[in-house]
Amino acid sequence: MKGSKPKAKAKSVLPGFGISMGFTIFYLCLIVIIPLSAVFIKTSGMTMVQFWETITNPRVLASYRISFLTAFAAALINVVFGLLVAWVLVRYNFPGKKLIDSLVDLPFALPTAVAGIALTAIYAPNGWIGSLLQPLGIKVAFTPLGITIALVFIGLPFVVRTVQPVLQDLEKDTEEAAVMLGAYRLRTFIKVILPELIPPLLTGFAMAFARGLGEFGSVVFISGNMPLKTEIAPLLIMTKLEQFDYMGATAIALVMLVIAFVMLLIINVLQWWSGRRAIAG
Amino acid sequence: MAGTVTAHLDHKAAQRPQHINESGPMRIILIAIALLFLTLVVVLPLVTIFIEAFKKGVDVYVASITEPYALSALRLTLLTAVVAVPLNTLFGVAAAWAIAKFQFRGKNILITLIDLPFAISPVIAGLIFVLLFGAQGFLGPWLDQQGIQIIFALPGIVLATIFVTFPFVAREIIPLMQAQGTQEEEAAASLGARGWQIFWRITLPNIKWGLLYGIILCNARAMGEFGAVSVVSGHIRGQTNTLPLHVEILYNEYQFAASFAVASLLLLLAVLTLVAKAVIEWKSEK
Repeated sequence: MKGSKPKAKAKSVLPGFGISMGFTIFYLCLIVIIPLSAVFIKTSGMTMVQFWETITNPRVLASYRISFLTAFAAALINVVFGLLVAWVLVRYNFPGKKLIDSLVDLPFALPTAVAGIALTAIYAPNGWIGSLLQPLGIKVAFTPLGITIALVFIGLPFVVRTVQPVLQDLEKDTEEAAVMLGAYRLRTFIKVILPELIPPLLTGFAMAFARGLGEFGSVVFISGNMPLKTEIAPLLIMTKLEQFDYMGATAIALVMLVIAFVMLLIINVLQWWSGRRAIAG
Repeated sequence: MAGTVTAHLDHKAAQRPQHINESGPMRIILIAIALLFLTLVVVLPLVTIFIEAFKKGVDVYVASITEPYALSALRLTLLTAVVAVPLNTLFGVAAAWAIAKFQFRGKNILITLIDLPFAISPVIAGLIFVLLFGAQGFLGPWLDQQGIQIIFALPGIVLATIFVTFPFVAREIIPLMQAQGTQEEEAAASLGARGWQIFWRITLPNIKWGLLYGIILCNARAMGEFGAVSVVSGHIRGQTNTLPLHVEILYNEYQFAASFAVASLLLLLAVLTLVAKAVIEWKSEK
């Protein structure tokens, strides 16, 4: 990377390209690229068989499955309710709207461990909501449902904040036209508004899903951490590290890293797509 | 993956003629469902923290946040942020200057690489530094000979925090500086202004609110990071315990009131962050 330093194409009159680009690349390598490559170097010390046996161990597979399913479910719930929240905030006026808008950002600002203990206190069998659900036979804390709720909390702002600006900039004309042509509200929504919202909804979904896969702090308290049942992949990495099984931890991490790279790629393509659509529209 | 999109609520979008709006009762139902959802997911946790924190009275609350271990955790958290936030701010400004003001090949790859820490699990962020600097790590034996300790010590905590908060400032100001273009700076340059003059007089005033918002978000995450720090800290009370880790230790010892009391300090940080965001939006709208 360091060898092929990018050069400014057109000669710019502005100074500082060399030093700002140099520092950017240096700092990026020092903090991100070199440390991350440690994962790949460490796993290259394993044989294929060792690596394969580690990542296909039933407990590891179960942790991937739980992380995947809960993150997927939470992102899906956030798509539905995130769209609703964005819709209500953009299109309607009601008292306290500004405050509600600020509250949507709380999951970004609140430390995850704090969110974790608060959600556990609410949804535990003796908590406010947990005790209401207990007689109905619904257990939230210490089940995958609890993990999902924590991930809904973490992912909510991603969906709301990607949908909100697009919803805000929608032209009223197309809706007007649909109404003139005799379409009902629901039909207008499905045929005219929803297609415009699909790129930001997918982007928000992908962001919430990616964040949910790696989330740790808010989940460890509410999940109960039972191997094979409610143990998420990041926790298993932690457990292996505490047992000084560095190889095992790194192998699990490598799989998660590859998934994270793929998700980042998908998100970038989606953003490029919605950006293009915004210009085309 | 953008940290946040700073979307302003536009009042015009909410003023809609009757025929392209839902009926009155429908609007009320939709608002009610949205508010119920937000109450269950966001408001209840917020309220719970305060109620649990004061459950055993004000005395226990005050004692919990003024005991020596809590204070040393607070000190460590502040110290970590004081190192991590300025470094990432410096990087953010440098990266934004290079990316927004110049054309070069591979720009999109560079932006994606800057986003990378957003997509990576905090636990992995901690793991990579253990692999590098831990006792069994690549540089571990050499560091040991030199008598330098990184893992289970302050440098490891700071490094992990820098990693997870790496993109915040850059991500906030790159789009802002791209949108502003280079004309003003070029005009200043052709009038003979030098590099730093251009930056201080032209660029900085243009991006100050976005920059401030990026710094505030970066700070909130730096002070609140749990997963990455948890891996590298070693949880030594009074030495390598940050505030979020202190919350965890107290909680696992069933000292719930004390745990929530310390958590309420972090909640205060979050609320201050949101208030600062609202003020910045209001200021930059003017």
